[in-house]
Amino acid sequence: MKTAYVFMTVLTLLSTNVAVAESTAVDELLAVYSRQGATAPDAQAGKELWLRKFPAKGKIDERSCSTCHGVDLRQAGEHIRTKKLIEPMAPSVNAKSLTNAREIRKWFKRNCKWTLDRECTAAEKANLLVYIKQQ
Amino acid sequence: MKVTAFISVISIFIGVAGIPLVWGDSDKHEKWQEYSRRSTGVALLDNPVYQQECGDCHMAYPPGLLPVSSWSRIMSGLEDHFGDNAELDKNTHTEISEFLTKHSSDKSDYRRSRRFTVVSDSGDAGMRITGTPYFLHEHDEIPPKLVEGNKEVNSFSNCNACHRYAEQASFREQDILIPGFGRWDD
Ligand code: HEC
Ligand code: HEC
Ligand code: HEC
Repeated sequence: MKTAYVFMTVLTLLSTNVAVAESTAVDELLAVYSRQGATAPDAQAGKELWLRKFPAKGKIDERSCSTCHGVDLRQAGEHIRTKKLIEPMAPSVNAKSLTNAREIRKWFKRNCKWTLDRECTAAEKANLLVYIKQQ
Repeated sequence: MKVTAFISVISIFIGVAGIPLVWGDSDKHEKWQEYSRRSTGVALLDNPVYQQECGDCHMAYPPGLLPVSSWSRIMSGLEDHFGDNAELDKNTHTEISEFLTKHSSDKSDYRRSRRFTVVSDSGDAGMRITGTPYFLHEHDEIPPKLVEGNKEVNSFSNCNACHRYAEQASFREQDILIPGFGRWDD
């Protein structure tokens, strides 16, 4: 009985820790994007951007976020060039996803440039973030 | 006299044959790895920042696999990194550049590093480990169907698909296992 109680407490503490880490990174970035004008993030628009195909020059002539991460964010992805496994984006199955603001910023920059051939706007990043977070 | 000679030969044999056995012990495994790396590998370095930043899309290549000239070219073109975008913030960029410069193959006394120091002089290949004459020489007998035509290998750039201890900077022939093919005996 007592052990079960301790166990439950530890579990609760652990899960709140994870939840806090995740929401602080996402909230921190959403606050930044909001100051840049993205005051009403829209998950549906995020999803559309995630799936949108962009024409590109080179061997991979059609690009989207799903090119490496896949359409179902709860599944693992695969880097289109190197075939290295990419852990699922969805926080519901990958507790480490979206927990580090610096990582999110870095990959938004790289992946938007590669996929869209330009950086994403604050509104686009906010939309993507709320969409991914819901998965 | 003859018997003594025989016994010495036997004991020398047992002694020599015993070395791998002793080194094969799990706690001695690292020592053995270190020994074999010295002869067929490059220096093993522990750098979490490098591991994390340069190990997301492919294995983090040990610095002793290319000379400083190639590493600097790679580091000055991360926005278009073999067709991918691998750009870094300024501080991380400086930190990784210094690490690669300090441990590049031209500064290493490992035999394999000395050989990887000679690079191709044509464009992109000059930034590739897989473009060095030494690499091409070591891998020229492996048919494309085991590499590009092999879903579990995909490209020669995936050293760790075949060299089981590539990430420990060891490239011993005994540790090669080509997926779907097996050991390589030539
Ligand atoms: C060329 C392959 C590729 C494409 C295309 C791509 N990504 Fe990524 N992305 C990666 C890799 C590799 C990682 C790092 C995964 C890891 O750290 O394990 C990553 C990580 C991320 C992360 C960080 C997640 C975290 O854990 O914090 C985000 C956010 C992200 N990508 C969003 C996007 C978006 C949005 C797009 C489309 C605009 C996109 N990606 C397109 C390869 C890609
Ligand atoms: C965003 C993904 C990504 C990141 C991050 C990344 N690389 Fe790469 N790298 C690639 C791709 C794609 C290739 C080309 C692979 C191919 O041709 O099969 C490559 C190839 C290489 C090669 C040549 C391998 C060969 O064929 O010999 C080297 C060396 C290299 N990268 C070093 C680095 C270093 C150093 C870093 C960290 C500063 C880094 N990479 C970070 C994607 C990445
Ligand atoms: C398709 C599997 C495969 C891949 C991928 C691969 N190798 Fe090899 N490598 C081999 C085989 C097989 C040999 C032995 C060739 C022989 O002896 O004929 C070898 C030999 C070597 C040797 C010489 C070892 C010795 O003891 O003589 C080195 C060093 C080496 N590889 C480094 C690398 C590096 C670095 C990479 C990645 C950039 C790489 N290899 C990728 C299969 C592979």
